[in-house]
Amino acid sequence: MAKKLPKTDVVIIGVGWAGGIIASELTKQGLSVVGLERGKERVTEDYYMAHDELRYALRYDLMQDLSKETITFRGNEKIRALPMRQYGSFLLGEGVGGAGVHWNGQTYRFLPYDFEIRSMTEERYGKDKIPPGMMIQDWGITYDKLEPYFDKFEKMAGISGEVNPLAGKRSNDYPTPPMLHTPSMKMFVEAAKKLNLHPYTVPSANLSESYTNPDGISRAACQYCGYCERFGCEYGAKADPVVTVIPVAKKTGKFEIRTHSYVRRILHSGGKATGVMYTDMTTGEDIEQPADIVVSTGYVFNNTRLMLLSKIGKPYDPATGKGVIGKNYAYQVIKGNAVGFFDDQKFNLFAGAGSLGVCVDDYNGDNFDHSDLKFIHGGNIAHTFTGQRPIQNNPVPEDSPRWGKEFKANSLKYANSVLTIGSQGSSMPFRHHYLDLDPTYKDAFGDPLIRITFDFEEQDRELARYLSDRCGDIMKEMGTDRILKMKELGPYEITTYQSTHNTGGVIMGASPDTSAVNNYMQMWDMENLFVIGASAFPHNSGYNPTGTVGALAYRAAEGIVQYSKKGGLLV
Amino acid sequence: MSEQDQHSQQNENREATKTKESQRMSRRKFLTRSCYAVGGVVLGGLLGYLIPKERAKPATPPAPQKQEANYNEALMFFTQEQYAITQAAVERIFPADDNGPGAKDLGVAFFIDHQLAGDWGFNARDYMQPPFYVGEKTQGYQGRINRREIFYIGLRELQNYSQKKYKKDFPALSPEEQDAVLTAFQNDEVNVTTISASGFFNLLRSSTLEGVYSDPLYGGNKNMQGWAMRDYPGNQMTYTNIIEKDFTVVPPQSLRDHL
Repeated sequence: MAKKLPKTDVVIIGVGWAGGIIASELTKQGLSVVGLERGKERVTEDYYMAHDELRYALRYDLMQDLSKETITFRGNEKIRALPMRQYGSFLLGEGVGGAGVHWNGQTYRFLPYDFEIRSMTEERYGKDKIPPGMMIQDWGITYDKLEPYFDKFEKMAGISGEVNPLAGKRSNDYPTPPMLHTPSMKMFVEAAKKLNLHPYTVPSANLSESYTNPDGISRAACQYCGYCERFGCEYGAKADPVVTVIPVAKKTGKFEIRTHSYVRRILHSGGKATGVMYTDMTTGEDIEQPADIVVSTGYVFNNTRLMLLSKIGKPYDPATGKGVIGKNYAYQVIKGNAVGFFDDQKFNLFAGAGSLGVCVDDYNGDNFDHSDLKFIHGGNIAHTFTGQRPIQNNPVPEDSPRWGKEFKANSLKYANSVLTIGSQGSSMPFRHHYLDLDPTYKDAFGDPLIRITFDFEEQDRELARYLSDRCGDIMKEMGTDRILKMKELGPYEITTYQSTHNTGGVIMGASPDTSAVNNYMQMWDMENLFVIGASAFPHNSGYNPTGTVGALAYRAAEGIVQYSKKGGLLV
Repeated sequence: MSEQDQHSQQNENREATKTKESQRMSRRKFLTRSCYAVGGVVLGGLLGYLIPKERAKPATPPAPQKQEANYNEALMFFTQEQYAITQAAVERIFPADDNGPGAKDLGVAFFIDHQLAGDWGFNARDYMQPPFYVGEKTQGYQGRINRREIFYIGLRELQNYSQKKYKKDFPALSPEEQDAVLTAFQNDEVNVTTISASGFFNLLRSSTLEGVYSDPLYGGNKNMQGWAMRDYPGNQMTYTNIIEKDFTVVPPQSLRDHL
């Protein structure tokens, strides 16, 4: 029998970006919030020895311990799903700040097209443009309606950037100027302009200058140290929940974080959530935390899994296409790229920042004509300068061996002479791509793991090839000696790192028949339960997701405050 | 170590000390600057911690006497034989050449030994629960044995294959013969049960690069020579002053310089 604690106004599950934003916004309004975090406390002082590639990038110091919980994966329903025993394709965060600690900080807004993707695609190209089985749907909200929340997130995080000429309208400029440009970034900008494209600086959560946000939080400028993704920032220059929203919540005296607290069930009765049951990882004790409002702010997999384990919402059934929990799992098509080898030019590739780069959106969303193309949507194309750390970055020309004398000579020769232009291809949902509970494999408590059924489709193969060619065009214009391009996308595999941009499972929309939450992230089936994160995305755009997650979290916070006063469905 | 080597080593040490002093100065200067930039607001970052602690220093630094023994160069996991095979194999993957030392002189075999002795060798943070099935390639490693056991078996198989083919132990083979053995493993031309020959080769290759380029605190990348070969500066506090510039050589620093 679980120990029962006194009731709180709000309990949040997972203290990352979404959890931190909810905590700060709700406590400011006087609500008492308990934050349950399965991992440990984190502070900036933890990162004093952060410039350690082996510890953080190869041994995953900041990531979830897979020995306790992982996911299982299969390419299609005919084969047996097997556990992801070691990290590869994506990296799961853990601890206070969540994945918001080890992200790169590239902070985009999804395009107006994304939020009305089905209507706009049908309108421009006709219904037949969307192949059978592709489950794209409108998000139940427009870009214009979400704009103020993007603005709020950017001001809180101090995003450094310049206006993207091909994106939705902005009510304000970025709060801080764009990051500095390296010589290679200048080369990209010139080349893109020659090709009549519209280059701009990647919007960055690594501050270009010291900044004080509307909450009164001050942070120092980024030092371009080259240790960002997979690392914590020793300067607090990279916006992360621990140095932005969490201290604001704590200062109110109304936010309590309990670390090592692993939420295992959302408790409910009579169609309403009553609280959560969690295990104290230090004692093994099961504890019940009652609450008026429950907010699930975990990563995509945890949000979805918790709904399924707690038997909330109707599980998705790929055979009928009915049900919503686990539906529209999508990813990122990131392999379309072009690598340029420069025989006589060297760059400071050891330096950089997670979101230092320049990019174009000419081939993203519906910014270009798809009439003669066998895919919809597109992807952002960027040359980023994130710090080429030496264990993980040893590119050699295609004909070079992978080890031995010649490999060594080539890898040293090109260590500072290789530039990459990468694309961030969007990922459309398909009827047979989904999340459910694995029938075989269990976590450390004996609960089933989440199972991913996913593979790349013709849409993805066409898209990746197209984007790879466009990357090649720009690279050629930059004057490289030889280009190595992705040729074929191949099947989705879980072994090589691609992107921690997993989306869907508890998606938002205009109707309870096709979505799990409304546009305030409120569960249609349980009005005092809110589920926030990229789990709400009905598809994934051609951008990093965090900016849009942040905007949705600010909107949800507004909804939760409203709900706490009036109750009822907000939409 | 020859006398000449020792001499150049001492010079290097002296150079390193000098660099460290100047780095400290510039770090302090930089910190002061960035503090001014926020107009006296207390920052949440590590700025306070980044100013190195003052230490009692003698007026003149003592001249280095002789090379101190490196007590880290001993075995935690490997037998002597396993160590010798590993050392020979990693040297073929990353050999000494005109650019600089190979994996052997960089201490890569010690690095691998030390890594296998800890969490990583036991796959402590990997999901190792049954049932175990042979999966698709896209599903990744599905074996039940850990890295320690993979090395244990893999090194023995390198030895067996060398004996079968050349009637010699792997370390005693010529470099060309060693390359042929490693290539046979890489291409799965060796009949090995319980582990995948190419899987072992890939693990050996990736561990070699880790040993060449990880911070010297782990036992490889001796004296930061791995980094020096590719002009990698290691652990630096800031590149703001050079980020807009053309290629700049920055003398490497390790995490030890950060204590």
